[in-house]
Amino acid sequence: MGLQIIKPNTNFDFIGLRKIAFALSALVILVGLGSLLVKGGPKLGIDFAGGIIVQVKFEENVELQAVKDALDGQEFSGLVVQRFGDASDNEVLLRTAVGKFAPEEVRTRVGIGLDENLPGAGFTVQRLEMVGPKVGADLRGKALEALFYAVLLIAIYISGRFEKRWMTAAIMAGGLAGGMYVLQIMALPLSLLIVAAVFITTGLCWYLKLNYALGAVVALIHDVLITVGIFSLLDKEFDLTIVAALLTIVGYSLNDTIIVFDRIRENLRGKIAETLQGTINVSINQTLSRTLLTSGTTLIVVTSLFLFGGGVIHDFAFALLVGVIVGTYSSIYVASPILLGFKPQIEEEEDDDDQ
Amino acid sequence: MLVLAVALVYALPSVPTVRSTSLGALLPDDEINLGLDLKGGIYLTLGVDVETAVTNTLSQMGQDLRAEARDDEIIILRPRVSGTNQISFVLLKNEQQKQMDQLVEDRFSTLKIASRDPLEHGKVAYVLDLDPEYRTRLEKMTLDQAVKTIRNRIDQFGVAEPDIRTQTGNRIQVQLPGLEDPQRAVQIIGKTAHLEFKMVDEEADAARAVKGVVPPGSELSFLKRRNPDGSYSDQPMVLRQDVVLTGEYITDANTQFDSYGQPYVSLNFNNRGARIFERVTGENIKKRMAIVLDGNIYSAPVIQDKISGGRASISGQFTVEEAHDLAIVLRAGSLPAPVHVMEERSVGPSLGQQSIDKGVFSALFGGAIVLVFMIVYYGFAGVVADIALGFNIVLIMAGLAGFGATLTLPGIAGIILTLGMAVDANVLIFERIREELRRGLSARGAVREGFERATLTILDANVTTLIAAIILYQFGTGPIRGFAVTLTLGIVASMFTAIFVSRIMFDLWLAKRKPGAQLNI
Repeated sequence: MGLQIIKPNTNFDFIGLRKIAFALSALVILVGLGSLLVKGGPKLGIDFAGGIIVQVKFEENVELQAVKDALDGQEFSGLVVQRFGDASDNEVLLRTAVGKFAPEEVRTRVGIGLDENLPGAGFTVQRLEMVGPKVGADLRGKALEALFYAVLLIAIYISGRFEKRWMTAAIMAGGLAGGMYVLQIMALPLSLLIVAAVFITTGLCWYLKLNYALGAVVALIHDVLITVGIFSLLDKEFDLTIVAALLTIVGYSLNDTIIVFDRIRENLRGKIAETLQGTINVSINQTLSRTLLTSGTTLIVVTSLFLFGGGVIHDFAFALLVGVIVGTYSSIYVASPILLGFKPQIEEEEDDDDQ
Repeated sequence: MLVLAVALVYALPSVPTVRSTSLGALLPDDEINLGLDLKGGIYLTLGVDVETAVTNTLSQMGQDLRAEARDDEIIILRPRVSGTNQISFVLLKNEQQKQMDQLVEDRFSTLKIASRDPLEHGKVAYVLDLDPEYRTRLEKMTLDQAVKTIRNRIDQFGVAEPDIRTQTGNRIQVQLPGLEDPQRAVQIIGKTAHLEFKMVDEEADAARAVKGVVPPGSELSFLKRRNPDGSYSDQPMVLRQDVVLTGEYITDANTQFDSYGQPYVSLNFNNRGARIFERVTGENIKKRMAIVLDGNIYSAPVIQDKISGGRASISGQFTVEEAHDLAIVLRAGSLPAPVHVMEERSVGPSLGQQSIDKGVFSALFGGAIVLVFMIVYYGFAGVVADIALGFNIVLIMAGLAGFGATLTLPGIAGIILTLGMAVDANVLIFERIREELRRGLSARGAVREGFERATLTILDANVTTLIAAIILYQFGTGPIRGFAVTLTLGIVASMFTAIFVSRIMFDLWLAKRKPGAQLNI
């Protein structure tokens, strides 16, 4: 046999630690949400907020202040100058509000300002992006819709697949769609709709006793909240790629959760332990080796992307990095213990549904 | 054995094609489409102001209405566009009401009479509605015309493989790969290029007009002049409102040079345009005619003599490039409505190449560690997993080429991510086989059980990521779609390679092994 990191018969008491884990999760989430509150919501990149960014590469190292001063005479509104990518790249990112100048006018003015005031620096405009307010609002709507549908479809899939209760899953989908329709008529802002959707989904899962789905959905909300919170804490911007990363995290987190759940279901049938707590613990331990291995290899490649992928993809890789770590943790410490909270139902349902 | 047979059926036909396309993909001159973020280029979302096109049409209809009525000796006053959808005018004599109604019904079928209110002195106020169906058609025509014009301009500008399509909400999406001068491209695409010839109102006083005193039937406009230092200044000028000729009669436009080497644009009109031009110039000798483009006067030469033959020229103080670009837009036709840039993303070619280099490096770096790790951890089985992983990459590349999908920077990230996640399916199987071996099963039995039990779990686990990927594809834009595509291909490929390709290799090993040999896993 090859190497073994986790010995075959390990028996860590993961479930016993659930209270500490819950407290820890709650703390991290609260800190993240607190940061969001203090900062007045997530910091939106130009994809969602609208704006113009210009990525400029210099031939030699320049001071940010010098760049700022050089562009002082160009009348940009709300100009922000940041360093971009690795320090050795000598790149800066300029951001300005949309509306005052057309994007190509911005390009011209950047050129004039830098030519006049930093003549020796030798710059090239690598990238220019402009998102108008209307497109920004559209993209915002699309991104939230995507997150919403992801949660919905996944909840339905898990309920149907795991508990063989497609009907109940369908009822839940119907309930959610109906609820959303009513809320939409009330013309609430989209962000509130999403919060409502999440509440309705978890509420319905709980009410309909779709325990696996509930565990999985809570875990993935947990993962997304933590990632969003960390982004807010570190003052990183949300743009389209970050939403893509969040959705990938959703998929990945579930992947992990499902594998543990699969084993729990199998072991419940096999009556492998006396108590539900014991069964869950054994299941987590049995799959631990796989969980750590896969997370490990995924972390390796994501870290590689984070370190070497370049500035454009840096935040995306960072979101994945956080998501993979949190996703692994949550499938062990968040999703599975939630099953425990609904002990009696699980065993009854297993009997009912296995016909 | 059945699985093996199925796998072979699947694998054999795909192997040669897979090989040929994906090797091609790795070579230069590849078949995989690179996104604009990788090869450089410009992406634009243009909003077409169809509202203006509708208003223009309504205004034109009002003029036609008045002309037609005059032919029937019906007098109507002040046809005006009101709101976004209506024309209102006043009929002078109420006894002509029946005739007027008939005229609208017979000759202006796209207009419906909304109201008819009697005014004092026997006048009648009419309000006509534009037929909503016609309005929809008009909007669509405007959008189509705008796309056609933009395509024409881009073709004349000379860009390889432009991609131009309409989007919902009266938007046009334009993608121009590998462009050197985005600034100029945006200018050419975005120019309305609405060319009008108007007579200068010689009696009016420009200075007073600037202060707001414009004679009725005239309007204030500005002649753009280039100063010696390169800046522009505006000279006010009063023009008659009536348009004597528009750019729609132009058949050709070219850059020429006068005897001082100054560039100018020469125009050719079609027959009808030539006739109008001849008549107008004949009637207005020694008067000035202004050439107005998008509301700015380019030049206002004095007409020396009647001009026949349908040739005219616009001389401003152009640079060669400006004259050239003006000729392009005049040749390609004017846009039926103003367009404005709602979204622009341009990436220089060097940044694209840099992204590719960095992406490939991080893929190689991360991939190499994973490969080594798998062999160290699983021995023989690790080699199997690594081969499956290799297959996986080949399948993704082939899939990209086969479906004509576009590889973007997030797409590369998707491939890198799949490198890590693809191992998962194999890990699931191997861990299961290890468990079965520990339970005392033979190598053959453990392999069989391991694959069987893990297969369902693999499917279950991957479906959720697939759901996420499909939603991303549905809601994402360009680069994100690229990510969704590689992620989807990666997941499907990893399931296939783990369940079938690894299985074949294990079965081969089982068939060839010496009796009693240990499975190295």
